[in-house]
Amino acid sequence: MTNVSKIISIYAADTSGVCSALYELGGMTVVHDASGCNSTYSTHDEPRWYDKNSMIYISALTETDAIMGNDQKLIDDICSAAKELAPAFIALCGSPMPAMTGTDMNFAAEEIALVTGIETFAINTNGTHSYLYGAGQAFAKIAGNFCTERKKTDKMSVNILGATPLDFSLNGSIESIKKWLCENGFSVKTCFAMGSDLSEISHAPEAQVNLVISSSGIPAAKYFYDRFGIPFVAGVPIGKSFSETLAQNLKTAVKTGKCLFPASERISSDNGFIVTGESVYASSLAAAVTKDLSMPVKVLSTVSDSDDGSLAKGDIICRSEEELEKEFAKASLVIADPLFSPICPKGRFSALPHEAFSGRCFSKSIPNLINADISGLLTQGG
Amino acid sequence: MLKAIDQNIPSVNIAEARFPSPFRSGLEYNAPARGTWNIVHTGMLIPEAHQIFVCARGCLRGVILTAAEMNAMDRMSWVSVSENDLYDGTMEQDVIDGVTEILNRMEKRPPCVLLFLSCVHLFAGCDFKMIIERLGEIFPDVHFTDCYMTPTMRKTVTPDCLMRKQLYEPLKAVKKDTKTAAVIGCDRPTDKASELVGLISTAGFKLTDITECKTYGEYLDIAKSSLNITYIPAAKSAGDELEKRFGTKHLYIPLSYGYEEITDCCKRLCGALEIDTPDFSENIAKAEKSLKNALGIIGDTPIAVDYTATPRPLGLCRLLSEHGFNVKRCYADVFTDEEQNDFEVLARKFPDLEIFPTVNVKMRFAADCVQKEKYLAIGQKVAYFCGTDNFVNIVAGGGLYGFEGISKIAELMTDAFYEPKDRRTVIQYKGLGCESCL
Repeated sequence: MTNVSKIISIYAADTSGVCSALYELGGMTVVHDASGCNSTYSTHDEPRWYDKNSMIYISALTETDAIMGNDQKLIDDICSAAKELAPAFIALCGSPMPAMTGTDMNFAAEEIALVTGIETFAINTNGTHSYLYGAGQAFAKIAGNFCTERKKTDKMSVNILGATPLDFSLNGSIESIKKWLCENGFSVKTCFAMGSDLSEISHAPEAQVNLVISSSGIPAAKYFYDRFGIPFVAGVPIGKSFSETLAQNLKTAVKTGKCLFPASERISSDNGFIVTGESVYASSLAAAVTKDLSMPVKVLSTVSDSDDGSLAKGDIICRSEEELEKEFAKASLVIADPLFSPICPKGRFSALPHEAFSGRCFSKSIPNLINADISGLLTQGG
Repeated sequence: MLKAIDQNIPSVNIAEARFPSPFRSGLEYNAPARGTWNIVHTGMLIPEAHQIFVCARGCLRGVILTAAEMNAMDRMSWVSVSENDLYDGTMEQDVIDGVTEILNRMEKRPPCVLLFLSCVHLFAGCDFKMIIERLGEIFPDVHFTDCYMTPTMRKTVTPDCLMRKQLYEPLKAVKKDTKTAAVIGCDRPTDKASELVGLISTAGFKLTDITECKTYGEYLDIAKSSLNITYIPAAKSAGDELEKRFGTKHLYIPLSYGYEEITDCCKRLCGALEIDTPDFSENIAKAEKSLKNALGIIGDTPIAVDYTATPRPLGLCRLLSEHGFNVKRCYADVFTDEEQNDFEVLARKFPDLEIFPTVNVKMRFAADCVQKEKYLAIGQKVAYFCGTDNFVNIVAGGGLYGFEGISKIAELMTDAFYEPKDRRTVIQYKGLGCESCL
């Protein structure tokens, strides 16, 4: 069964993806939930929680309100909090219980917007999907609601789409991506959404190209492409050779207006290395390993339900613990989060912690691989 | 950037506060103090038991990573509930199939499985009894216990309270040992120097406690107890349930900080142990001396107490206030009924004691407020909110009880006054007292 695990962890949920995506934008995000979502998110999925304030709350749904369908309490409580806190926007998302009781989140959002006069939107979550699904929708909502005009175009400017600590931790990777872009002649217009505020984000349509660094950036990238014709390139500048390829692809996209997936242009191979994780990052790492270390690699996309274009032919989507164990057994080296190690053959494992899988367990040892030498991955094995 | 926010953090003087809920309910914030135990920590107290959670990904994430952080993933498995599962009428079979697959893939089966279902199962009318029976038929060598991760029902029965009750469900009726007593429902050992442990020992009783059990067999032996003692409010129903199931006498002697109440509880314990009640004047004198000594060192330093440190925060505030300490704040969103008397006394004698919430939306910004005075905190949440590294790091009473417990708290306050802690690191460890990979 794909939904059963004997010993491995589970990826962060859609609600955490929403909160993480919106964390730095000055809005108020409310998860309609009884209790668990807030502590799970703030403990395991949000490394900024202690040091950086953000208005992330739960509705504290009770048994009685769930049974009685008392959605008015949700609306009243949000309006009351919004009056006190004056957020830039209000985002509302649901957990399993509201999904079961059929709470109309879109209606609630409309009511709240009417009462408060604050831009309010609902995000379609129910706690059963991955963080990528939640963050992807959240980024798309921000783009759709706040990036509606293109007054000018800045040459060689780029937006970074799909940045959350769930995929990039707080280890300097995002700063390194920005530096790498500048070194390659680009100016960074905005970053969705680490290090950019809402007013900066509203200038995103002025960019010439979008760099999508995780699958969560794809829905917003598609919005910018459909609305303004801004092309996107999916990939993370990992290692030296693939970073050069990615920079070249960005320039090509500016020139041609075409969307590109350079990490998928490689040959996936059985019986070599296996890289697991979020598909854009994992595929980029696979491309880097192929180019820099001349090793055959296969990507096991362990988060998404479908390929967003990042995977190479031969890569697979694999979320079942049993199937993963079989695939790992065939590999000469598995590069994966340490919480996959119990199902990996001994001596053929290289730990690459991923906050979206292991939370804060190994967050101090997540390496920054941006435009860097990646040969260390071969020596971490355990 | 966040807009400038009126940082007028809500609080109310106790004289004007409503009991038991001083603040209106609303959206809730979660402070980064992680020391209190959750249902995973508690379940791990049963040696050799395996936990299987069946719920949506969002709910699984927190419990799975709780186990991961305590280096116990080999005792934790899960079955995720998908969107379709919510509506297609296969909930029971999905649970049975998932658990069966997990157990069939194990090299060695555990003696006991704690099977957790969630709010959505109960709302869908899932037949948990049938699931447990069917699994028992498939795996006759495994005991399955129904457990609940149901935060939606927290206002009626808290998941914590329910977990402490189910923690003893695997016990079976055995011949009782007339000279064995058990402390039930605590998540940490009771201080061996406390009057509670001392009296049991004086009476010639052997004391058992789940926190001290190393094997599943030792755990099952808890059922031999002829006297079950609880002193944490959340544990009371566990004692009641064991009395109902096995006829074991249950004595609830609540943790408190009032000399009269402690004496009364000790008297009741002596009665149950069939021994004479000793004279506690020396114990009281020791507590008084410890408090006096602490006051001499701490002086008029402002003190704040929170509900995570002890289930009786108002009782502790009262004890300290009546002994001359400068208790200025108590952080709690709601009080238990047991606190009513202390609430009324404090409202009368110390009306300026400020009550602060912990989950109110504005508490998100409370830690940013520069405190005019440096606080001595009792509890992790209050250490965070008051921005102080001088804090007593205990949760759920810390295993302290009686007059000896008061002496120990006074000593811990003195230690905290002299020795600051790394607040940011210490309060973020999950489940105080558990192993941690952080």
